[in-house]
Amino acid sequence: MSAVTSSLQASASLPRWYNPAALLGSFSLALASMTLSGFEDEAGNLNLAAVIVIGYLLYMAITFVVSRAVEGRRKSVDRMVTGLVTAAFTLAVIPLLSLTYTVVSNGLARLDATFFSNSMRNIVGEGGGALHAIVGTLELTGIATLISVPIGIMTAIYLVEYGRGRLAKLVTFFVDVMTGIPSIVAGLFAFTLFLVVLGPANAINGLAGAVSLSVLMVPVVIRATEEMLKIVPNELREASYALGVPKWLTIIKVVIPTALAGIATGVIIAIARVIGETAPLLLAAGFTASMNYNPLSDKMMTLPVFVFTSFANQGVDTQAYIDRSWAGALTLMIIVMVLNLIARIISRVFSPRG
Amino acid sequence: MAATESKKSVTRLGDRIFSRTATFAGASILLTLAAVAFFLFLQAWPALLPDADFGGKADDGPLAYVAPFVFGTLYGSVIALAIATPLAVGIALYISHYAPRRFSQALGYVVDLLAAIPSVVYGLWGILVLAPFLTPSYQWLNENLGWIPFFEGQVSATGRTMLTVAIVLSIMILPIMAALIREVFLQTPKLHEEAALALGATRWEMIRMAVLPFGRPGIISAMMLGLGRALGETMAVAMVLSPASVISFALLTSQNPNTIAANIALQFPESGGDYRSMLVGTGLMLFLITMAINMVARYIISRRAEFSGAN
Repeated sequence: MSAVTSSLQASASLPRWYNPAALLGSFSLALASMTLSGFEDEAGNLNLAAVIVIGYLLYMAITFVVSRAVEGRRKSVDRMVTGLVTAAFTLAVIPLLSLTYTVVSNGLARLDATFFSNSMRNIVGEGGGALHAIVGTLELTGIATLISVPIGIMTAIYLVEYGRGRLAKLVTFFVDVMTGIPSIVAGLFAFTLFLVVLGPANAINGLAGAVSLSVLMVPVVIRATEEMLKIVPNELREASYALGVPKWLTIIKVVIPTALAGIATGVIIAIARVIGETAPLLLAAGFTASMNYNPLSDKMMTLPVFVFTSFANQGVDTQAYIDRSWAGALTLMIIVMVLNLIARIISRVFSPRG
Repeated sequence: MAATESKKSVTRLGDRIFSRTATFAGASILLTLAAVAFFLFLQAWPALLPDADFGGKADDGPLAYVAPFVFGTLYGSVIALAIATPLAVGIALYISHYAPRRFSQALGYVVDLLAAIPSVVYGLWGILVLAPFLTPSYQWLNENLGWIPFFEGQVSATGRTMLTVAIVLSIMILPIMAALIREVFLQTPKLHEEAALALGATRWEMIRMAVLPFGRPGIISAMMLGLGRALGETMAVAMVLSPASVISFALLTSQNPNTIAANIALQFPESGGDYRSMLVGTGLMLFLITMAINMVARYIISRRAEFSGAN
């Protein structure tokens, strides 16, 4: 505890303007030294990443020395950690920005009317579109939602309203474990299930893809619904019982409507989660260049698989395939972001206010 | 209760149907997990028989075939975890204890956005943006630190290396890890934090004395969940990695051990017969490994939850 007493004696601290000044100073110094030393690539562009890294290291070194001299060891360590923690957060945001920028800038090239009105049937090279993939994605996600939402909500009702004893504990535990199933395993499961039921000729179809998505979607729906049912006040249930309403009607007419906005939010987030799944659909639903509206037979294209196959099987005109891949990725990102936005709006608009 | 009991038997048929349906839905979760294991085993079985014919793709038998993939899966995931853990702790600390209160929720949402991006988009970004961006650094690492076994060998010209894959994986598992650790950090008893500050501790000393010890189980379970995610991640690896059937610790070459999941995704569509059975078998292995890791992680979390009221 001698450190504490020593800090009481040395109560000097750096002024408030120190941090912005030191940051500005270090980064301009880094920029200047990089420009003067002619450290540029072939195109004459400045290496921005290097400037940022050098500027950051400079800032940390200067701050450590200055703070140690003025404020003492403990405060200088504190400043170092603040610098590190802030850098960790910044480092996580960089990929997000880079990803968004590249997907938008590369995807816009082919985000045209043809992309949304054509399939890839008989297309070699330029042209073509992802209509077959978009239709497939909508159908498969729709079917997966139809399968998972009833199972998910009923399971959540079981866990919150009925579940007591060992079975309920087991289910709670395995729902958590189920959220961690690798998506490719879900795809393998759906494929092997349909292989046994329908035989090798018809095993790969849209429904199999939807089943694999449901395996991934159910635990998310359960978790979201469970959270929402738990925060429905018990007074509502008791008031309903007091009026002589049976338990099941209480759940359907009182509990579920109260929690509906939250459940809807959870379901939409679950949809956003599985709509980008590639690996299970690659195995269970396959891929094709043609339209297929029937999820019960034949392979079905989906948007994530479209992005993957366009990239993996580049034809003669490589750039055309890569452009289509980016356009598919952009479409997918837009769908996911819109779904997330809708979920947030629903939860904000319908959230109970005190 | 007893008085109403006699009337219930007629009026509450709906109750019985409803509770049975709910219980059945709950049990179906357990059935599904059992069915996953059962059907995968059913399909994988032929590959284990001595007369299995892999069409020349795995002449040394299933074990020799699967070994590099198991190694690659674990190796890539562990490196990803080593990168992601300090970052996730830093992000969680930033959001819970450093960022201005008003922004902290919005900042958490920004990190969660990383989780919303489909893995196939990560794959596309990884190979077309990140890999070329990192290649010069790899050359530098190889020239200056090549004596370290991780950086030895012929540097890949495309950047499609194990290290790139690990970096992409670490970005993908960051959000879930950061979110979980953040939740635990926010639960740190306020009294502990204020007591530390009142004794004259700096912010970092307060975190080291109050927040980190309290959050340690949370960090450990977040690591295990992150590991589970990284082990099963398929598309990003399948697109970015330049695979070879080797067991190698070198991070910067184009001869990388593939992962189980990526190998299935790449091989499955054109496979058949016993070879396909073997791929299903590798999937079963992946399922069991991730299940075990997730179960341990969830066990740690649930055990902690029981004690969280004890301040």
